[in-house]
Amino acid sequence: MTTKVTIVDFGAGNLLSVARAFRHCGATVELAETAEQVTRADRLVLPGVGAFADSMTGVQSRGLIEPLKAYAATGRPFLGVCVGMQMLFDGSEEFGHHPGLGLVPGMVRRIPATGTDGRPVKVPHIGWNQLITDHWGQGLLAGLSDPASVYFVHSFAGQPDDRADILAECAYGGHRVLAAVRRGNLIGCQFHPEKSGETGLTMIRNFLVL
Amino acid sequence: MANLRLIARLDIKGPNLIKGIQLEGVRVVGDPQTFARRYYQQGADEILYMDAVASLYNRDTLTNIVRRTAEEVFVPITVGGGLRSVDDVRDMLRAGADKVAINSAATLRPELISEVAERFGSQCMVLQIDAKRSGPGRWEVYRDCGREHTDLDVVEWARRGQELGAGEILLTSVDREGTRKGFDWELVKAVNDAVTIPVIASGGMGTFDHLPEVVEKGGADAVAIAYMLHYDKLTLPAIREKSLARNLPVRKL
Repeated sequence: MTTKVTIVDFGAGNLLSVARAFRHCGATVELAETAEQVTRADRLVLPGVGAFADSMTGVQSRGLIEPLKAYAATGRPFLGVCVGMQMLFDGSEEFGHHPGLGLVPGMVRRIPATGTDGRPVKVPHIGWNQLITDHWGQGLLAGLSDPASVYFVHSFAGQPDDRADILAECAYGGHRVLAAVRRGNLIGCQFHPEKSGETGLTMIRNFLVL
Repeated sequence: MANLRLIARLDIKGPNLIKGIQLEGVRVVGDPQTFARRYYQQGADEILYMDAVASLYNRDTLTNIVRRTAEEVFVPITVGGGLRSVDDVRDMLRAGADKVAINSAATLRPELISEVAERFGSQCMVLQIDAKRSGPGRWEVYRDCGREHTDLDVVEWARRGQELGAGEILLTSVDREGTRKGFDWELVKAVNDAVTIPVIASGGMGTFDHLPEVVEKGGADAVAIAYMLHYDKLTLPAIREKSLARNLPVRKL
């Protein structure tokens, strides 16, 4: 009996990569486009790359906003990846102000383009970066220890109101940038576990047993 | 800062991994997927497939290589060579590419950069620039695998590409490619000074010391390595270890 994971299909560019990684890790993948599929999921993944507003529109046009909120309230495991993680927040300041799902209190804001040393920092933040966390060896990070690097591609990052929601950060331009968030059954990764080599696959396997 | 990326570059001709000299004469090295798998297992930060003849023949073979590779390689895969339209890009992303590298088609129709960036995001639009020295501190953009002039100045084209929405620049020195004489770090520096997006240096790595040179003098954010890996002159773990010893910011495995 393999573990089933439901991946929300709202047109996200990384949908198939995420699905491939989960299948590689032994999961049975269902792609969900309807409220009904989301509602009856045992384990849900919300992918996403590109612009925040487009992604929210993709979710909204399929009538999935309320079903996603209802799913989150069931307490079953919920993983957001990249923009899928950003959508968990109250909103984003990318190209104006756009509301998110409001499941994690906080906002998504642009990564500072100036480092703490006053020098310019390249945005988007592209590449591998080391995780900074106190939560090694448990939950999503079971089997992992310092140092572990994962692959990022983003210009915006979540800023949770409650620091207790921070699962991991990374350092960029001297600033702390949110890498992963956890609030109850909700987990979000700003980085791409599906593109982070064996470290990322370990997290995917961990999510399958949460 | 983001880590310095070590990218395994695999040039493809039909079903074969090849290694060229100045993008021209070629030797068959082996099966691309086997090499890609090995580089992934050895800790490559990314895989780059460049189809040397895709602009000339059909692309099904490449699509199949990408599809099979994506099933077992879980780091970003960039694919370039002969992509001409948003539809070509969509097909390649569906096959499993995370990013596409576009050169010739963009020089002929620069709006393609914006079309790809708007449709799929800047993060997957890599502007591939094949650069040939045309004078002191000057380089000209070449297309069709270094065969055709464009009259475009490399630095201006890089700046324009960024404005149009490119998310990264894959910068290959046609002069150095396959020569093992080291990267053209002056070229990398000239482009890096003109743009804020990441620059991937490609072409010419023949010994480890060429890597710190292009990073420290040129400011490269990533390096594409072909010959040294394909012929086992230096493995990825060895390059990573030497880089760490040299305080280059590669990721620790």
